[in-house]
Amino acid sequence: MRIDCPLCGARDRREFYYQGAAVMLARPAPDAGEAAWDAYLHLRDNPAGQTRELWQHEAGCGAWLMVTRDTVSHVISGVEMAEDVKRAAL
Amino acid sequence: MRFSGLRILREGLTGNKGWTSHWRDPEPKAEYDAIIIGGGGHGLSTAYYLAKNHGMTNIAVLEKGYLGGGNVGRNTTIVRANYGLEGNSQFYSHSLKLWEGLEQDLNYNAMMSQRGVLMLCHSDGQRDAFARRGNMMMAQGDDAELLDTEGVRRELPYLDFENTRFPIYGGLLHRRGGTARHDAVAWGYARGADSRGVDLIQQCEVTGIDIENGVVKGVQTTRGAIRAKKVGVVVAGRSSQVAAMAGMRLPIESHVLQAFVTEGLKPVIDHVVSFGMGHFYISQSDKGGLVFGGDLDFYASYAARGNLPMVEHVMEAGMTLMPMIGKAKVLRSWGGIMDMTPDGSPIIDRTETEGLFLNCGWCYGGFKAVPGSGHTFAHLMATGERHEAAAAFRLDRFRTGGGLMDEEATGSQHNLH
Amino acid sequence: MRVAGKGLIDRSRRVRFSFDGKTYGGFAGDTVASALLANGVKLMGRSFKYHRPRGVLSAGSEEPNALITVGKGAQAEPNVRATVQEIYDGLVTRSQNAWPSLDFDVMAANDLAAPFLGAGFYYKTFMWPKRFWEAVYEPIIRKAAGLGALSGQSNVDTYEKAFAFCDLLVIGAGPTGLMAALTAARAGADVVLVDEDSLMGGRLNAETGAVGHQSGAVWAAGVVAELSGMENVRLMSRTTVTGVYDGSTYGAIERVSQHHAERSGGRPVACFWRIVARHCVLAAGAIERPIAFQNNDRPGVMTAGAVRAYLNRWDVSPGKRVAVFGNNDDAHRTARDLVAAGVHVVGLIDARADVDVGDAAYPVFAGAQVCNTGGRNALESITVRTATGEHALQVDCLAVSGGWNPTVHLTCHMNGRPTWREDIQAFVPTEGAVPDMTVAGACNGVFSTAACLADGVAAGKAALKALGKRTAEVEVPVAEDAPYALEPLWAVAGKGRAWLDFQNDVSVKDIRQAAAENFKSVEHMKRYTTQGMATDQGKSSNIGALAILADATGRAIPETGTTTYRPPFVPVSIAAMGAGGQGHGFAPERWTTSHKRTEEMGAPMIEAGLWYRPSYFPKAGEATWRESCDREVGYVRKAVGVCDVSTLGKIDIQGPDAGKLLDFVYTNVFSTLKVGRVRYGLMLREDGTVMDDGTTARLGDDHFVMTTTTAAAGAVMRHLEFVSQCLHPEWEVAFTSVTEQWAQFAVAGPKARELLNGLVDAPIDGESWPFMACGPVSVGGVTGRLFRISFSGEHAYELAVPSRYGAALFDELVARSEKLGGGPYGMEALNVLRIEKGFITHAEIEGRATAFDVGMGRMISAKKDCIGKVMAARPGLVEEDRPQLVGLRPVKADGALTGGAHLFDAGAEPVRVNHQGHVSSVGFSPDLGCMIGLGFLRRGPARMGEVIDMVDHVRGVQTRVTVCAPVFIDPDGERVRG
Repeated sequence: MRIDCPLCGARDRREFYYQGAAVMLARPAPDAGEAAWDAYLHLRDNPAGQTRELWQHEAGCGAWLMVTRDTVSHVISGVEMAEDVKRAAL
Repeated sequence: MRFSGLRILREGLTGNKGWTSHWRDPEPKAEYDAIIIGGGGHGLSTAYYLAKNHGMTNIAVLEKGYLGGGNVGRNTTIVRANYGLEGNSQFYSHSLKLWEGLEQDLNYNAMMSQRGVLMLCHSDGQRDAFARRGNMMMAQGDDAELLDTEGVRRELPYLDFENTRFPIYGGLLHRRGGTARHDAVAWGYARGADSRGVDLIQQCEVTGIDIENGVVKGVQTTRGAIRAKKVGVVVAGRSSQVAAMAGMRLPIESHVLQAFVTEGLKPVIDHVVSFGMGHFYISQSDKGGLVFGGDLDFYASYAARGNLPMVEHVMEAGMTLMPMIGKAKVLRSWGGIMDMTPDGSPIIDRTETEGLFLNCGWCYGGFKAVPGSGHTFAHLMATGERHEAAAAFRLDRFRTGGGLMDEEATGSQHNLH
Repeated sequence: MRVAGKGLIDRSRRVRFSFDGKTYGGFAGDTVASALLANGVKLMGRSFKYHRPRGVLSAGSEEPNALITVGKGAQAEPNVRATVQEIYDGLVTRSQNAWPSLDFDVMAANDLAAPFLGAGFYYKTFMWPKRFWEAVYEPIIRKAAGLGALSGQSNVDTYEKAFAFCDLLVIGAGPTGLMAALTAARAGADVVLVDEDSLMGGRLNAETGAVGHQSGAVWAAGVVAELSGMENVRLMSRTTVTGVYDGSTYGAIERVSQHHAERSGGRPVACFWRIVARHCVLAAGAIERPIAFQNNDRPGVMTAGAVRAYLNRWDVSPGKRVAVFGNNDDAHRTARDLVAAGVHVVGLIDARADVDVGDAAYPVFAGAQVCNTGGRNALESITVRTATGEHALQVDCLAVSGGWNPTVHLTCHMNGRPTWREDIQAFVPTEGAVPDMTVAGACNGVFSTAACLADGVAAGKAALKALGKRTAEVEVPVAEDAPYALEPLWAVAGKGRAWLDFQNDVSVKDIRQAAAENFKSVEHMKRYTTQGMATDQGKSSNIGALAILADATGRAIPETGTTTYRPPFVPVSIAAMGAGGQGHGFAPERWTTSHKRTEEMGAPMIEAGLWYRPSYFPKAGEATWRESCDREVGYVRKAVGVCDVSTLGKIDIQGPDAGKLLDFVYTNVFSTLKVGRVRYGLMLREDGTVMDDGTTARLGDDHFVMTTTTAAAGAVMRHLEFVSQCLHPEWEVAFTSVTEQWAQFAVAGPKARELLNGLVDAPIDGESWPFMACGPVSVGGVTGRLFRISFSGEHAYELAVPSRYGAALFDELVARSEKLGGGPYGMEALNVLRIEKGFITHAEIEGRATAFDVGMGRMISAKKDCIGKVMAARPGLVEEDRPQLVGLRPVKADGALTGGAHLFDAGAEPVRVNHQGHVSSVGFSPDLGCMIGLGFLRRGPARMGEVIDMVDHVRGVQTRVTVCAPVFIDPDGERVRG
């Protein structure tokens, strides 16, 4: 598996750290309540198909990336800087 | 048909023409008392114990592929009860006891072999952590021995004690642990359930779960609608998809775990051995193949196949720990889909829908749980009450924070367990 | 038997090698199989279950029978295919799975019991008495199972791994692959051409047909010569692509020096390649399949293609009287080649009734079948069944062709399933099964040489198009273009055992029995009978077996489906894929600047993550580590001790929002910290458990330096990146790891200041450097940093200098501390010192503990949000009944405490239901004269003074202990401020 880091170019998967679903970008407010926090930290759509997830180019530039990837075919259809995604959502 | 040496003799002398079907291929009925979704190890053992222990025989197991085609057919066959935390400890202890009489109970040789599971430690801190775990095992009534370096050398003289990157400080030996013939476990339970009247229905994919006013009514399948008073979801690897049919979102992320087997070799590794400083564990099958594996590939996947970085890591770990396996050749690699939960421990519980029960989240440790999981899940489905040995596997523990069982102590990130 | 004048072996170079202790001669270019056949040796192995005699079946890596052990001692490699292993002078080989000899194998008696050992028999017996399985049956089965044996010795050979990158990877250098590579290479693409064989050319080296005006082999050599002269082409022979992975990544194993004795100069035995290709042309060819009939496994029965390969390439006739049995035209090609070479062809048995035999120079039995064979360890006769009855023919070799199976394996490694083609009665790759791969030639069901050459050009052009490159024209030479006419025949009807999987001894009857027992899924059949699970993974037998299963279950072949093709395509040694891991290569080693000096002082080094740290510094006259440790603790408590703490993570944080970031990742407040001050911080994971702890110093308004524990340095760095990039990209803050840029040393003890004041350029005092002060200092003209912090409870500092000065500073600190009655101390002493003060490490914050559990619940500031705050407040994480941090002392001074022991109420039975907690850290306190410990006890803080039991089942230790506050020395903290 290779990920096209926007800063470094295509690199082997072994340079990257995987965290999980990109829902982790949307941290609830402290008073959002038990259900919202449970959903944020534990519950997952876990689709068999396209999903958006967070990877870090840990052994490279250190950038956190939002990767759009298919969990069945492993095909990666998009890589964005997580920072840009988050800024756009702010 | 009862299996025995005598039966083999008789059949052998008469041209082996008398062997009959291990199980029937019945058409699904319109209604059952209970339906088990998933004909893997856990689903089949659930059906078996529902019939045997609870007298529920008007039940069906619905399997979208072939029986035993999930993780029970693609694991590294290890059986053990060496957990360190309350909740897991009593459950796996319970399951191991069921393993220990399984062949006679099922009249099927699952080749349970208590070869001993030896986990190696590589620092003082790790040794203390293993002592803590061993103390829980013994407090639970299971066996554990803390070995020093010399003790490990006596058991495993072939390890690299001189040059390995992380010296071997000792290990935790669990003599009652071992291996079993994975497919035979599924087939034995299937045959046992079938002979008690359970309908095992293959090539029958569940496409919907019927719920009315918070009560389960049955399922929709590729072979038509089937009504049922109780439905048990036992589809580890696909739990999120099936749960979604009941409107549930689970604390699960699916990940791929790879494993490997070498060509057949004369006996060289007697125990199940695990490395404490890299993800590597190994045993040798009765057929002679070295069966080994490591950690998850770490990315979410339903592909049941992995990639080279973890393959190579596992091989490298094997080479630093026991370089005498270097000339063994890997014959086959494969991947399974793991239900990863936020604490690395499973879920056996009721749901908010009446009559709908959930058995999932086995991470990469489901094989050894097959008897215990089916036994306790059958109890839950039949009586509505949690079985004492599996009472800790609650679905709500993540929300409340109570009774988390984070054996790896890595926190709530699904793939780190 | 050699046939003069043919072949591609080098007759000028004689080679001698041994098999089972006997020396044989051959020629350069021979494999063990071709050389043994040339010497008349037909028996090369024994089957797995029944130990039936086995001879060579094929001429390639698909070989199921001729498996040998190569080499001696630690270099012995089991299960090597004799059909692949090239011979060289001094090569030592031996047979496997036979005792006392290959000719007379005692275990062959198994075959007599075969009626009782059919498919799955072991699932039905060996269950009584219960303990007999492990005591009696299983050991016998294990001993009998397996093929070759490992030497039991550690690997002594060199293996390597490498990466390669290219525009186009061409797999297979037969006519298709050569043309594809040539087409792409002439157009300027970077091409890697790999082939499993030692000689490129594929089937062209095994056939007599011409290509252009040359023999196929000569033409192939010409193309290889052109390609090898091109800078944009890399030719890799003896290289097998083993797996297809995501991102157009291919695994491949290269046999670098397995074909000669030379292993010096660090030359590896084999190299495992990771090849990343923008596009791939798969031209892997096809594998011929046998036909099942009674006793079709006798040595001397071979595939027809193998017979032609031995004849045409290796100049060997596998027999003197040869018969050919087939259901397609390849059978005739075989007979023609044999006749042309002067070999006596006893007859050609063609299963097709309507075959046009023309004027064949050999007897033809049309519409006939071979239904049995005779002989003991080698073929002596066959029985031919024709319309008129059964006839025996005396033959010593039978060439069989049941048709060809395209080598679809690699196209299925990414979950693709092959497609059935009725016209060729075979599975072909499904279009698009692997992204960026073009399949061509025989592995795509294209069988004539002319069609393969053209398909290769087409594939090369398709690849160029995919790569966005312009095409160069390549002329396709003239070659044979015979049609591939075949009538399916999987098994000949009849009694007895007709074999499918030769290695695992699976017969047609076994498949039918499995179906009768309702193992009708192809996966069930495979697992129940072990069909296709041998070392060849059923390359020549799986399709036949599933055709039998389809017949037995009344289904069509495509409906029955195949089992899953998994990597690797051929077995790959663990040493190759794990190259570099043996010994210390498994993980990087991190050394501090004081490492060399520390080792010179005789300190045993222990692993701390990837780092090495000293356990203790032994002195003459000390018999145990405890004596050294006690002495070193004494340095710190009474004089001054020095310890390298550079392994702790150091993160430099700068920017106007640095304080905000720290407030968010730590439970407590840092934005109010004054410049020149240090604060202890506790860091949680978002789930509320403790992630790490450490001190952070404020060096300027916008400048902090954070320390982490050694173990968590990487995780904390990643966490900060996550918070700043994923949660708060709007904050202006930047950070970088400076762990390796600074060497840092603890100077601890009542004489710490005295030591420093001889060292730093301007003296310090209690007012300028109070407890928790920090700032720049000058040390011999070098600007360093001084932090007045303590992990021992004593008056202490940490002095940091740029790493290049670390070694010199350590020497200086050691010398000065020794003058003051102190010296260096190691991890053992450090651990005792911190336990005496109740300072936690990852033994306590092991990943499950919360701030509440370690008694720091109140460190979670109520004034602000922070990572982990919300989830730490979950009811289950703040229950009073949770085990919480306490100190433990034995009631009797000589009582032992052990890490990992469990805690129980005094006198309670030490079983799980009575479990009250555990011991996390222990050490011997020289000051208190007894062992002390830290642990977690249910409702611990409410149980001070209570006497409880510590039970360590696994070490056999039981000690009555008193619960106390987790501070054993200087509870008011006076020393640290002195």
